[in-house]
Amino acid sequence: MENILEIKDLHVSFDTYGGEVQAVRGVNLELKKGETLAIVGESGSGKSVTSKTIMRLLPKPAARIKSGEIWFNGKDLTKLSEKEMQKIRGSEISMIFQDPMTSLNPTMSIGKQIMEGLRKHQKLGKQEALQRAIELLDLVGIPNPEARVKQYPHQFSGGMRQRVVIAIALACNPKVLIADEPTTALDVTIQAQILDLMKDLQNKMQTSIILITHDLGVVANMAQRVAVMYGGKIVETGTVDEIFYRPKHPYTWGLLSSMPRLHSKTDELLAIPGTPPDLSNPPKGCPFAPRCPHAMKVCVEYMPDYTTLSETQKTACWLLDERAPKVEPPEIIAVGGAGK
Amino acid sequence: MGRYIVQRIIYMIVTMFVIVALTFFSMKLLPGTPYKNQEKLSPEMIELLNHKYGLDKPLPVQFVKYVGDLLKGDLGVSFQFDGRPVTEIIGERLPVSADLGFEAMVIGLVFGLLLGIIAGLRRNTVWDYGSMIVAVIGVSVPSFVLAQLMQYYFAVKHHWLPVAYWEGPAYHILPDIALGFGPVATIARYMRTAMVDTLNQDYIEMARAKGLSRPAVTFKHAVRNSLIPIVTIVGPMAVNLMTGVLVIENIFAIPGIGDQFVTSVYTNDYPMIMGTTIMYSVAFIVVVFIVDLLYGVIDPRIRLAGGES
Repeated sequence: MENILEIKDLHVSFDTYGGEVQAVRGVNLELKKGETLAIVGESGSGKSVTSKTIMRLLPKPAARIKSGEIWFNGKDLTKLSEKEMQKIRGSEISMIFQDPMTSLNPTMSIGKQIMEGLRKHQKLGKQEALQRAIELLDLVGIPNPEARVKQYPHQFSGGMRQRVVIAIALACNPKVLIADEPTTALDVTIQAQILDLMKDLQNKMQTSIILITHDLGVVANMAQRVAVMYGGKIVETGTVDEIFYRPKHPYTWGLLSSMPRLHSKTDELLAIPGTPPDLSNPPKGCPFAPRCPHAMKVCVEYMPDYTTLSETQKTACWLLDERAPKVEPPEIIAVGGAGK
Repeated sequence: MGRYIVQRIIYMIVTMFVIVALTFFSMKLLPGTPYKNQEKLSPEMIELLNHKYGLDKPLPVQFVKYVGDLLKGDLGVSFQFDGRPVTEIIGERLPVSADLGFEAMVIGLVFGLLLGIIAGLRRNTVWDYGSMIVAVIGVSVPSFVLAQLMQYYFAVKHHWLPVAYWEGPAYHILPDIALGFGPVATIARYMRTAMVDTLNQDYIEMARAKGLSRPAVTFKHAVRNSLIPIVTIVGPMAVNLMTGVLVIENIFAIPGIGDQFVTSVYTNDYPMIMGTTIMYSVAFIVVVFIVDLLYGVIDPRIRLAGGES
């Protein structure tokens, strides 16, 4: 299938008082038309920075794109001016934010907040935009949209607000939707509803989704492909089946093992010991090496290249080198597959 | 909403009564008499005068009479300007002070908001530092120092502007600036803080993610939300400015109410003290009330909290 978005060797750094923090260090990704790609990883792995770089919403002047390209529609987004980027934001690439309690303007009616993008990108008049806003509220499952369109965010519950945020994001039929932990701030019961809504709308609108999350349950429910990020790099990528049933990277093993399971043998909640690397002084070798139970000498010294395991799966790990000892994945993953 | 307003008005009346009572009784603790050359008056003459003005009766009786007159809209007659009703003096002097205060407030709002917005938007740049230096100077340099510097430079040295009095538009410029500079500084500092805080909110990023232009994000989303804390300080500030600022009125020989008030205290002009205090308090209470209603206009969360309760 055709790629709609391609990220090539992206490096993003933040300049802080403590020096340069290399948040993203050489990310390669492609997003195919109509698919959902999940980017998973723990806090500080660079997943949110990657998504904000696509939108060019990084805080200036602290953050800068050091190198790399982001190709979308024949254009390199990293080279566009702010004005050109404004035409793409909200119309061709949209974003859903994590916390619906804070991502809506409290002093503006939700109708106005939906209409803003429509009036800017589709040049709709006030009445047409209002009509479209009501349709959108209906589409995202808000009852009584004619009355609700005039109301303010504080008159909506968290789940309803996230529906409004989704309506705003989808207002101009974007080709790419970036969802940055769209359900993290919601109740578990509401999470499922919002995910179903997103899937439903994706089918209707043929939008490609980049789903940023650390919730592997959400990944299994939503995504076709997964990219696992750690220390500003993608350490493993593959289809959902490959990542859940045949993961090869010890970090992916760790992530999967730390997922609570209904039928596990122990009552213990597993965790990956240690902390993520300090990206103001990034390690020479594999960023996961200090926490990896299978780390070898080479891991600390050199970053491994990607090993292509299938047409879709690529993993950056020295264990896949033919000279490395054979290591079996933890039992919890080997038996019956994870996430089931 | 209606019930809320009625409730507030009842509170305002109660507050007014407390202010009237406190001022009345504490004013009577001031030493001396309201009469000129009192050291030359014999005790008998003072007694006679006290009797004439009703000051020989016990305090509670005087108070009840005063409140009774007050309810009829009668603030009494000034002791300094014999025979002139207090309402007439206030009516003559207050418009001058209000005019001066209003103009200073406009200067304060326009330049204060402008500096604050620029500083907030261009945080940690030359623009920010420049605005904040102006603000620090405005807060720390007393208005009378600024007033006299300007009088010397613009009026005495270069004769560009009149040095004092209140007779035409040109006469307004120096006092307006002298009085408005402090508010410029205060508003600029509050606005900068509010802007910095608002610009860090998620909904600003969301507005940018919609593809809105920078001016649209700034004015439709950031400025409006930043105004909420500004409304709080601006109300009382406006009352202070418009009801007479003694120092500036004195320096520029402006016949305003502030100057009058101090003279009344010196001379124990009881009806004038009471009248001015009541006028000031009413203005203050009404403005605070208006500010509370304004909150609702700016912030819908407050509007409904008041309306539905």
